[in-house]
Formats: sequence, C-alpha cells, structure tokens
Amino acid sequence: MAALALLGDMLVRATPLILAGLAVAVAFKGGVLNIGAEGQLLIGACTSTAVSLKFGSTLGPLTIIVALIIGMLAGALWAAIAAELRNRFHVLEVISTIMLNFVALYLISFLVRGPLQEPTRIYPQTSTIAPFTQLPVILEGTRLHIGFILAIAAGLIAWWVVRNTVAGFRLRLTGANPRAARIAGMVNVERTTRNVFLISGALAGLAGAIEVHGVTFALYENISPGYGYTAIAVALLAGLNPAWVIASGILFGALEAGASALQRDAGVPSTLVWVVEAAVILTVLGTESYRSRRSRQFVAPEFAAAQGSS
Amino acid sequence: MAKASALPSAHHAPALEMRGITKHFGNVEALSAVSFTLRRGTLHALLGENGAGKTTLMRIAFGMISSDAGDVKVGGISRRLHSPRDAIALGIGMVHQHFMLVPEMTVAENIELGGRGRFDSDASANKLRLLEEKTGFAVDPSAKVSSLGIPAQQRVEILKALANDAEVLILDEPTAVLAPAEAQDLLARVRDLVLNGTSVVLITHKLRDALRYADDVSVLRHGRMVLTGAMSDFSEQQLAAQMLGREPRTTVAKTRESISPAGESVISLREVDFIDSSGVRRLHNVSLEVSAGEIVGIAALEGSAAWLLRILAARLTPTQGRRVLPERLGFIAEDRQHEGLASTFTLYENVALKDIGKRKGRIRWPAIKRQTLSLIERFDVRTSGVDMRAQNLSGGNQQKLVLARELDGNPDAIIAENPTRGLDINASSMIREHLRRARDAGCAVVLYSSDIDELVDLADRVVVLREGTLIKTPLDAGAIGNALLAGHRRLTDE
Amino acid sequence: MIEAIAPFLEGTVRTATPLAFAALGETIAERSGVINIGLEGSLICGALGGLVAAGYGSTWTGFVVAGISGAAIALVFAVFVTTLRSNQIITGTAITLLALGLTGTLYRQMYGSTGAALQISTMQPLSIPMLSSIPLIGQALFAQPPVTYVLYFLIPLAWWWLYRTHSGLALRAVGENPEAAIAAGVPAARFQFVAILFGGFMGGIAGGVLVIAQVGTFAEGMSAGRGFIAIAIVVLGRWHPIGVAVAALVFGAASALQYLFQSMGWGLPYQLFLALPYLLTLLALAGVAGRVRAPASLGKWELD
Repeated sequence: MAALALLGDMLVRATPLILAGLAVAVAFKGGVLNIGAEGQLLIGACTSTAVSLKFGSTLGPLTIIVALIIGMLAGALWAAIAAELRNRFHVLEVISTIMLNFVALYLISFLVRGPLQEPTRIYPQTSTIAPFTQLPVILEGTRLHIGFILAIAAGLIAWWVVRNTVAGFRLRLTGANPRAARIAGMVNVERTTRNVFLISGALAGLAGAIEVHGVTFALYENISPGYGYTAIAVALLAGLNPAWVIASGILFGALEAGASALQRDAGVPSTLVWVVEAAVILTVLGTESYRSRRSRQFVAPEFAAAQGSS
Repeated sequence: MAKASALPSAHHAPALEMRGITKHFGNVEALSAVSFTLRRGTLHALLGENGAGKTTLMRIAFGMISSDAGDVKVGGISRRLHSPRDAIALGIGMVHQHFMLVPEMTVAENIELGGRGRFDSDASANKLRLLEEKTGFAVDPSAKVSSLGIPAQQRVEILKALANDAEVLILDEPTAVLAPAEAQDLLARVRDLVLNGTSVVLITHKLRDALRYADDVSVLRHGRMVLTGAMSDFSEQQLAAQMLGREPRTTVAKTRESISPAGESVISLREVDFIDSSGVRRLHNVSLEVSAGEIVGIAALEGSAAWLLRILAARLTPTQGRRVLPERLGFIAEDRQHEGLASTFTLYENVALKDIGKRKGRIRWPAIKRQTLSLIERFDVRTSGVDMRAQNLSGGNQQKLVLARELDGNPDAIIAENPTRGLDINASSMIREHLRRARDAGCAVVLYSSDIDELVDLADRVVVLREGTLIKTPLDAGAIGNALLAGHRRLTDE
Repeated sequence: MIEAIAPFLEGTVRTATPLAFAALGETIAERSGVINIGLEGSLICGALGGLVAAGYGSTWTGFVVAGISGAAIALVFAVFVTTLRSNQIITGTAITLLALGLTGTLYRQMYGSTGAALQISTMQPLSIPMLSSIPLIGQALFAQPPVTYVLYFLIPLAWWWLYRTHSGLALRAVGENPEAAIAAGVPAARFQFVAILFGGFMGGIAGGVLVIAQVGTFAEGMSAGRGFIAIAIVVLGRWHPIGVAVAALVFGAASALQYLFQSMGWGLPYQLFLALPYLLTLLALAGVAGRVRAPASLGKWELD
C-alpha cells in the first residue's frame, strides 16, 4: 500500500499549507499583507501545546478542542499586534509581521529550552502530548489525521462567507478599494482591517495547533519548515480564492512530499522547494501584470483627468 | 540650454503638423483620422466639448501617448515621439490641465527638473529671473510649490515649458481654474508670446476666449475634426454649432414644474466647526438648513468644499456644533473612479456596495442583479450587461450608475459634489434632470458645482463657502463670482 | 561596567556597518518610489557570493562579487517592478524566498549538507593613525575593517548626489510625483531600475561585510532579517543619507546593549537579546509614526 502511504503523506503536508494558505488568502484579499503567518502559526503551536501539557488531566477529552481554540485565539492576538501598529501608527504590516515572526521563533526557542522543556532537560523540545489529546487518524496505515478535514471545512466555510455575506463583501471591497469602501460604502476601514488581521491570525494559529496535535505531538524548534512563507505561494496560486486554496495546498503538499523524497533518495536539497515556490509567485505576478496592462489603457485622458484628482 | 532650433529657417513649414491620427482606448475610438496643422507664430484654438479628444490629440503631440496610426511632423520633419523627453528636445512644451508639479519641491527645482549635471540654486534663480523678464511670468524661485495659489502654480507650469526653449507651446484648458480677470490676463500674455514668435495651441471649450485671441481654429467632436481654418473664416454660431453638433439653443429654458413652498427642514447644521487630521480648521461656525423639495447650491474655490459636503453626507463628523441628518441619504462624490465606484468590481457589485458598512447578514446576488438591471434601464446607463466592470464604462455612464444607485430607494437627501464635471453635454443634462426630478419629488438636494452657470441654472438658492464660512448671495452669476473672488485674492500670495 | 563601554561602542559600529550599507542603498531605491522587500535576498546572496569569491581571491574581490551578487538578484526584482509593474511587496517577498532557497541550495551543493563550512580569513581592522587615538570613540570609529571607511565616504557622497545634482533631483521627483517627472522628460522607469540595482549592490556589500569582515563563514539564513531591519532604518532616518547613517548607529547601539547587560550579570534569557533588534524595530517604527513623511509615491506600482 505504498500509494496509500504516499497519498497520506501528501495530505498530511497539505493540511498546514491549506490553513496557512487560507490565512494569507483572506488577509491579502482584505488588503492586509500578512507575511506573519509563520509567526502566528508558531504562536498557535506553542500555546496549544502548553494547554495540552498543563491542563490535559483537568480537561480530559475536551482538551483537544480547548487547545485548538486557544491556538486560534493566540494566533489572532499575535496578528492583532500588527493590526494595532498599522491602524494606530501606520506601520507597514509587511515589516511588522516579519519582525514578529522572528520574535515568535525566539520565543519558541526559549520555551523549549526553559519552561516547557521535557523533564530530562536534555533535548530542546517538550514532552510528547498525551494520546487522548492527539487528533485521531482518519486513514489507517497513514498519519492522515482529522485536521485535514478541518482544513477543508475551513476552506469551504471561508469561500461561502466571502461570497455570500455582507462581511465577506466588505472584506473584498476594503481590499480592492479602501477609499470607495469608506466613502460610498460607509465602511469603517480600520475596524474591518483589524478583523481581517484577527481572522487571518486565527487561521494561521489553528494551522500550528493542528500540526502539533496531529503530526508532531510535541513542540520543538524547527516545527515549521517555513509553512507561513509557502502559504503565500499557495494563496497566490489559488488567486486568493478560499476554495481554490484547498487544491493549491494539496498541490504544494505533493511538491514538498516529493522534495523531501528527493532529498532522501537523490540528495537534492529541500531548499530547492523555496526556489520553486518563489518561481510560482513570480509567474502568477507576471501573468497578472500582463493581463492588467492590457486592460489598463482603456481610460482616455479626458475621463481620467476629469474624474478628479486621484 | 543651448540647443539647435528644431525648426528650419525656411518659415514655410508649419510648426506642428499631425496627419491621420487615430487612437483607440480598448474598443472606444478616441480619435479618428484627425489632422491638425499649427502655423508658425500663430495662436491656434482647439475647440470641443469634454470628451471630444482634444487632450488626447495634444498628448500624442507631446509624446505622452502613442497613436495607433498617423504621423507627426515638427518643423516640417517627420518625427517619432516616444516620450515627453523627445518632444521637449524638439522644442515642444505642454502646460497640463492638472498641473504636473512636485508639490514638496521648490519652484526652482520643479523648473530645473529634466536638466543635466550639477544643480545650483543660485544659477537656476538667475536663469529664472531672465526668463521672467523675457516673458512677463514671475514667481519666487525658492517658494515651495504646495504653498502657492493656483494662478502662481500655473505660472510655474508655463515657465517650465518656456525654460526648455519651447517654440511650440500647448496649453490645455489653462483658464479652467482661473477667475475671469486672471484668465484674461493670462491669455493676453500668451498673445504676447505669440507676437514674439512662439506658436501656441490653446485647448479650450470656451468659445469666447477662442474668438478673442486665436488666429486659427479647429473643432473636434467625438474624436473627429469637423472644422479647421483661420478664425476670420467662421462665425460664432457656426463654431458653436459644430462643437455641439446642432444649433445651440439661444435661451436656456428654465422650467419649474411646481414652485412648491419649502418643506420641512431635512438637513440642519448649527455652528459647526471642523478641524481636519493635520490640524487645519476647515469650517468655522457654519450653519445651514436644507428643506425638503429644494436645491441648495454651494459655490466654493477648487477643492475647498470637500469637508463641508462630507459632513453633510455623514462621511465626516463635525468637531463641534450640532448636525441633524436624515436616515436615507445619498452621496455623489466628485472622484467617481476612486470614491464613487470600485472600478475593478462589476456593476452589480457597485450597486451592492452602497452603505455596505451599515448592513449585516447575507447578500443575495440574484436580487442585486435584478435591481441593477432595473436601475440601468431607468437611468439609461449604456452597458453590455451588469457583469461589466465599472472601469470599462465611459465617464458619463459611470456617473449615471452612481446617481442611479444613490437615488434608488428615494432618499430624503442627496449631496452632490460636482456631479457633471468632465461629462459631455448629454450626460450632464441628464444628470441635472434627475436632480431636478428628485427635488420635485421632495428630496433635499445640496449641489456643489465648480460651474457657476450650472449652479444658477439648477439651484433654488446659493451659498458661497469662503475661508470656512458660508455667505448668502443672490442667485446671480456675477454676484457669486465676486463673492468667491474676494476670498481668492487673499490666496494668491507670491 | 566601565570595561564594557569600549566593546559596547565597538560593537555599535560593527553591528551598524552592514545595516548602514543596506539602508543607504535602500534609501536611494525608496527615494525613487520603490520599496524593496527583497533587500534581504540581496544580503544573503551577497554573503554567499562574497564567501566564495574571497575564498578564491582577495577580500576586496570578495566585496565586489558580493555587491554584484546582491545586484543580480535585485535585477529580477527590478524587472518585475519597473517593467511589469507588479505589486512591489509581494514581488519583494518572492525575491527573498528565491534568494534564501538559491543560496541554501547552492551552499549545500558546494559544501555538503553536513556543513563542512568553508572558512575564510576575515578582513582585519585597520587603525587610522591619529584618528583612532581619540578618546572613547576613536577606537570604535577608526579601528574598523577598511570596508567601513568606504561607508564613511559613501554617505556624504550620496547626500551630495541626491541634493546637488540634476540626476538626484530627477530621482527625488520620480519618488514624489512620477507623472510630473515624466512630463518633464525624466525617464522614470529607468531611474527606478538603476536605483533598485544600486540598492541591491549595497545590500550585497552588506552581506559581504557579515561574512568577510565579521564571521568568516556562511550559514543558511544568516542575514537573519537584517534586510527588513534596514528598511525600518530608512524610515527612522527619514529617507536622508545622513539620517539613515545616524539611525543605523542608534540601532547598532541598542543591539550592542547586550554586552552591557551581560556584564551586569542580569540573568536574562539569551533569546531576549536575540529578539531585541526585532522588538526594537517595532517600537521605533511605532514611535516615529505620523512624524515622518515618506516619498509621496513610495510603493505605488503604476507610474501614473
């Protein structure tokens, strides 16, 4: 059943990519350039791990649900820092979220060598979380866990909300044209932007929490091989459409599975995957540019000039 | 700067000659096989309504846009103009309708832009002084452009073109932003330039100015050159008819369906103050009552009415004072493309976005699409379907869509910010008609227009916004102009 | 604590040098209206390029190749942003990803993934006679590797070029109002292109400084976000060459504070010091909010 193992591996890798990809897609669509999915993911991972380790015995079977929720809340809070910095201090979120990524990285390092370290104090990691706090496997013979289903559900819900609700439309409008949103739409752009940060952070936090509770079962330093950054490629390839993010995430999951197999078998470095991802992003940007240039020259100067200062 | 003259010494060749110029924007034909000749040492008026293609044609001459077909000859020699750089090198200068200046930089820096080598403020100040003596246009070289009033900024634009030794000067609607006295002053000076050998193209839609100052005239209508030749060959009536495509009405019919007594007060501002985000006080002790069934016109200098209108439209909150506004309110912003519409969204999405910030729950698209279909029919929005992107509509149709959306649902008040700006005659009159009908149906309408004649034609009464306060004036174009000017004078400091 | 002052000051300048190189280059790019988030990519490419070239040639060869490597990756960015007019932020992020991936891959191919790292002899500090004897700051400023002195020369040069030449004026105009610049005959896209390449070259030099003048070897991801910090320094320095140099020093000082703290024996976790530069960046950016004015056209990807 090698094919099954391969499929399972691919979908396991796809799970955090789908969720983080949703985080990025929702953010970008709402005009928030969240490059901090990596950090938000890590924060989600460490807070949910702490819950499972410290409160597992108290909460019993509820632990896993509480842990995931705490992971989401923590991710949202981490993103909220960047939101406040943007709304109140006009700090570009590209820079603030990247800075926060580094801070999150060092926070993890501190936790796994300090307060959360496993009892023997030898390895920079936490103890394994108890089996009843782990996510159940859904495909026997593989590591594929229920988190994958959660990821798909999240994608479909996000797609429906963006398409069919007032809140979703507000998100799209604010991202596409904040001035029109404010003037014609009477939208509170600051509040909408902040909510976009929160939702994005929550999705990324969930990705981290699910990764720990479904795959690694412990927290350590290199828990994310750059999922937050890959997520950007995932989201862009999907055209920022939440439904397509599911497919895109699976594609990249396959890519990474293949890459790690290549590294194992043929010695090709896994950093090559980043090159491929960068190439994907650039290709998407290039084709978008090409398409929009063709439609841009449609506005004659009279119309453009007469429509007031821009 | 030393440069060999682009024009040959044989003075028979026209300064500028354009033949067979065609230009498309998407599937809209902006210019169709247009030919234009500028004789040396003349002032040539290029007439036409908004949207006729005048700016497009001249931007092609200046190298800012490329043409799809046709050629351009400068001084008798065929030239390819790929950018303004090429045009400037050939001695062509252009003064744009919306100034192309860097506000944060000084006058000297703006004029020196495009030069070479070391940049020395003393040397450039000297150069400027010489230019001033030669042309009669004067500005302070060390002043920051953003601190100058509009007429002074325009002088900077003109000096910039002349500083590059322009032998052909293109002026795009230069009098549009000037008070009547300043406009005549400018045109007289331009006439002097022509006497000294500069060849000038004057783009304008003001027939009177053309008649008074031009040697030659050309008329563009819907992208076609319908008339060209010496000014003395044509009468005013002929020119007007060619511009509009029909005989102009000699009197503007001012019909009023019902002169209903003013209804109850719908909008009320009492002693309102407003300080903007950079701490500047924009409104001081403003009080205004607008009743149902009336159109109140607001006259103001370019750009200064924005805050008042947005306070009236509930988009801004007064810093002080009391305000009463109705629940159902519509706002037509001047900047259609960026504030009225989300250009990349479809028509039905643009209809849906009205007041979306105040709503909750689900959006049902089929109903929205039906609503949009009905709106585009009622308001005659020319489009191939509701799925079209807003940016692909012409300016007039975009504005009709905005109007349709804002008037839908019979609001109690409508605030309109220069709604007919940049629109051609037909679209403009349709917009005005809709505003009248809204008023007749009991809506309270506040209209700001930069066109004083339009205000007098539409409004029941007019107030002038001057330096942050409101002043009542009689419903007369001259009185309104004077009231505005009194404030304008103070803004023009050198 | 007194003994800690000298290493503190020396550490300040040492930390500030690569940041100042990168920030100076980015200042020129941003004054033309382009924000290059891919600067980090130039840094890491410069680091690897510098390592390899210095291994085969002299330290100065190393720096030249470092600069060229930084400019090379910036070239990709320049093409996408000035020719295709893509979104600058997303393109920059892709470039950084590309650079990290390329350098990581190349390094492993060349030196094996077990990290039998190449060691090179680093550029030694060169004391300038007399100046280096000035009490307190002499050693810190004038007993640095010679590449730092190149920086001292470049800063006033950049300032002069920006404000006293027509090309500098044209560049500033492109960053404020590209439409006006074009109407005045300035080839705006070309200016942006060259400015980006310059920024990339300087970013590459910064990476070279890390390897050739400081650490002596390469590690994957060793740029550690310095490119992003440099972008913050441009804001703090208000897009002015002198201001940026001062801001870089302030940053270096704040990072070098760890020497002082360690000498005082407070038992703070070392991760806090590692995270300090990033937290500092956030605080500093929040602190200057509303009081700085960026070039008006910064980040706008269409020229009109």
